[in-house]
Amino acid sequence: MPATTGSRTRPAGPTGLRNLTHHTLFWPVVALVALLVANTIFSPDFLSVSILDGHLFGAPIDILRNSAPLLLVSLGMTLVIATRGIDLSVGAVVAIAGALSLSFIATAPDPGAVSTVIIAIAIALGLCLVLGIWNGFLVSVVGIQPIIATLILMTAGRGVAMLITEGQITTVTSAPFKTLGAGFWLGLPAAALIAYGVYLIVALITRRSALGMLVEAVGINPSASRLAGVRARTIVWTVFALSGLFSGLAGLILASNVMAADANNAGLFIELDAILAVVIGGTSLQGGKFSLSGTLVGVLIITTLTLTVTIVGISPLVTPLFKALVVIAVTLLQSPRVRDKLAARARQRAARPEEVAA
Amino acid sequence: MATTTPQHTVEGSGPGAPRPGGSGPARIARRLRIDRRYLPVVGTFVVLALILAIGGVRYDNFLSVGVLANLFINNSFLIVLAVGMTFVILTGGIDLSVGAVLALSAVSAAYLIDAGVPVAVVLPAVVLIGSIIGLLIGLMVHVFEVQPFIATLAGMFFARGLCFVIAPESIPITDETFVAIAGWDTWIAGQWRMTTSVIVALVVIGIAFYLLHFTQFGRTVYAIGGSEQSARLMGLPVARTKVLVYVISGTCAGLGGLLFAMYSRSGYSLTGVAMELDAIAAVVIGGTLLTGGTGFVLGSVLGVLVLGLIQTIITYEGTLSSWWTKIFIGVLLLVFVVLQRVLSLRKT
Repeated sequence: MPATTGSRTRPAGPTGLRNLTHHTLFWPVVALVALLVANTIFSPDFLSVSILDGHLFGAPIDILRNSAPLLLVSLGMTLVIATRGIDLSVGAVVAIAGALSLSFIATAPDPGAVSTVIIAIAIALGLCLVLGIWNGFLVSVVGIQPIIATLILMTAGRGVAMLITEGQITTVTSAPFKTLGAGFWLGLPAAALIAYGVYLIVALITRRSALGMLVEAVGINPSASRLAGVRARTIVWTVFALSGLFSGLAGLILASNVMAADANNAGLFIELDAILAVVIGGTSLQGGKFSLSGTLVGVLIITTLTLTVTIVGISPLVTPLFKALVVIAVTLLQSPRVRDKLAARARQRAARPEEVAA
Repeated sequence: MATTTPQHTVEGSGPGAPRPGGSGPARIARRLRIDRRYLPVVGTFVVLALILAIGGVRYDNFLSVGVLANLFINNSFLIVLAVGMTFVILTGGIDLSVGAVLALSAVSAAYLIDAGVPVAVVLPAVVLIGSIIGLLIGLMVHVFEVQPFIATLAGMFFARGLCFVIAPESIPITDETFVAIAGWDTWIAGQWRMTTSVIVALVVIGIAFYLLHFTQFGRTVYAIGGSEQSARLMGLPVARTKVLVYVISGTCAGLGGLLFAMYSRSGYSLTGVAMELDAIAAVVIGGTLLTGGTGFVLGSVLGVLVLGLIQTIITYEGTLSSWWTKIFIGVLLLVFVVLQRVLSLRKT
C-alpha cells in the first residue's frame, strides 16, 4: 500500500522492525493483507486480473470500484473528524443526491441526452453542497455540537429524499448517467477513477499546502488556533461543505450503479462505515492529526471484507458481525492500554539486545 | 407575582448574571420562578401541549383518553430505550447499539420460545443478553479507552450480525403463556388502557428516576457528565459508574426488545433499524445536553411522547405522507438544539 500522503513515521527507533510495528498504519495494513491472503487461500485466483472487452476484470478491480462511494464519503469524513467534528448526515445526503438526480432525469424530456445528465449532476451536487454548508453553518456559526447538528439532517434528510421521490423507487434508463457508476474509462471503472482522482487532489492540496496543518490545528485546539490567526470558523465551515459535496458525488455513483433512487436504503449506514474507515485508519475521533492514507486503508479493509463475505458464500446480512470483529480488534490494538503493554514488552526486550537482533 | 429578588430562581447568579433586560424564556422563567435547569423540560412540555392543542382543534376525538393511552402502548419500548439512553448521555457518552440490541433480544426471545424453552426462563435470559452486551461495551469504553461512539458502533454491528446468525427470517411467537402476558391489560378508571408493556415502562421510569435523583450512583452520573476529571479527583467511583451506565442502557435495550416482541408477537432481525436515532432524538428533545451533565429522565419520556404524538397527528391528517414525520422530527430537533444553545450562551 503506497502511503503517498500523511504518513508520519515516528523518530527512527533502534531497529527498523520496531519502527514498522509502531507505525499507526501497521495493524490496519496487517488486517488488510490478512484479508487478501485469506481470500487467496479460499479462491487461488482471487488476486488475478484479466482483460475482457478491453476492460480490466477481477476481484481487485471490483474492490476498487466498490470502494469508490465509501472512499468519497470517508474523505470528507476524515477532514470533518480532523476538525473535531463528525458528520452523521452523509447517508441522508447520499440518498438526496440519488433521488434528486434520478427524479430530474426521469422527468426530463430526453433522459438519454448528455446535457440532461450534466444538468442533473450539477443540480444534485449543488444541493448537496448547500446541505454541507448548512451543517457547517450550524456548527461553526450557531455553535451546535457537530454530532447533533448533523443528526438533524440525518433524521430529516431521508424524509426530504422521500419527498423528492414521492415515496416511490424511481428507476430510469439513461446511458450517460449509467457510465458514472458502471462504465469504464481507459479500462478502469469510471467510479474508481473519479473517487481516487478526488482523493489524490484532496491529498495533494492538504499535504502540499498549509491547509492540512491548519485543519489539524483547528482540531487540536480551536481557540488557540483562532488566536494564532487561523480562520477556524471558515475552515470548519469548508470541511462540512466538502463533506456534503463528496457525499453527493458518492450518492450519484451509487444511484448510477443501480439506476434507481431508493430514498430509504441508498447509503444506509454509510456514515457508520465511513467513520469506521477513518478510525481504523488511525485518525482519532478527538480531532487533530488525520491520515488520508489511513482512511484509504480503512476503506479498502471494509470493502474487501464485504466482498469476502459475499465470495465465501455467507449471507451478506451477517457482514455486520465481521465488521464488528474487525473494529473491535483494530480499536483494541490501537487503544492506549494495549499499546502501553506492547511498548513495555518491547522495552524489556530492548534491555536484552541479543534477542532484538534475532 | 414575583416581586422579590430573582436570586433564588436563577442558578449560579453571580455578579451581574441576572440582567434586568433579559429577554425571552429566561425572563419568563424568572417570573414563574422556574429553576433554569428545568427550562428545556418545560419547553418540551409546552411543545407537547401545543401539539395536543393543535390536534384537538383540528380533529374530533383527538383529545381523548384513548389516544393518550395508545401513545404509551405504542411507544413503551421506545420509552424504555430512551430512559437507558439518558443515563449514557448524562455521562457524556452515547449508545448507538440500542436498536440492534433490541432486535437481538426480540429475535432471541422468539427463537428460544420457538425452541420450546419455558417463558419463565426466556424472559430474564433475553434481558440478560442486553446487560451482557452493555457490560462488554462499558468495558471497552472504560478499560480500553475506546470512544463510546466507536465502541457502541461495534456493539451495534455485533448485535445486528448475531440477529441474522440466529434467524434471518421472522419468527412468530405463538406460545400461550407469552401471548397471555403480552395481551394482558387493565383499565384504569374504566378508560385508560394499560398493557403489560406500559406497566413495565412505568416501572422502568420509576426505577430510573429513583436511581438518578436519590442515590449516590445517580449523583456520580451527573458528576461525570459535568467533568469526569473533577469527579475522579473527588474520589467518586468513576470507573464503576461509567461501565454501569452502559450496562443499564444495554439492559433497557434488552427489556425494550422483550416489549417489542410482545408488541409485534414475533422476532425479526430487521426490527429497530435506526431506532437508536429515535431514542437519541427523544433524549435531546427532552432537554438533555449531549455533552452530558444536564438532563432529566422524565424529559426523555416527554420527548418520546412528542415523537409519538407527531406520528399520531400525521396518521390523523391522512393526506400527509409518512416521510413528513422524519422532517418534522428534524425540524423539532433543530428548534430544541438552537433553543438550548441560546440558553447556554446566556448562562455563560
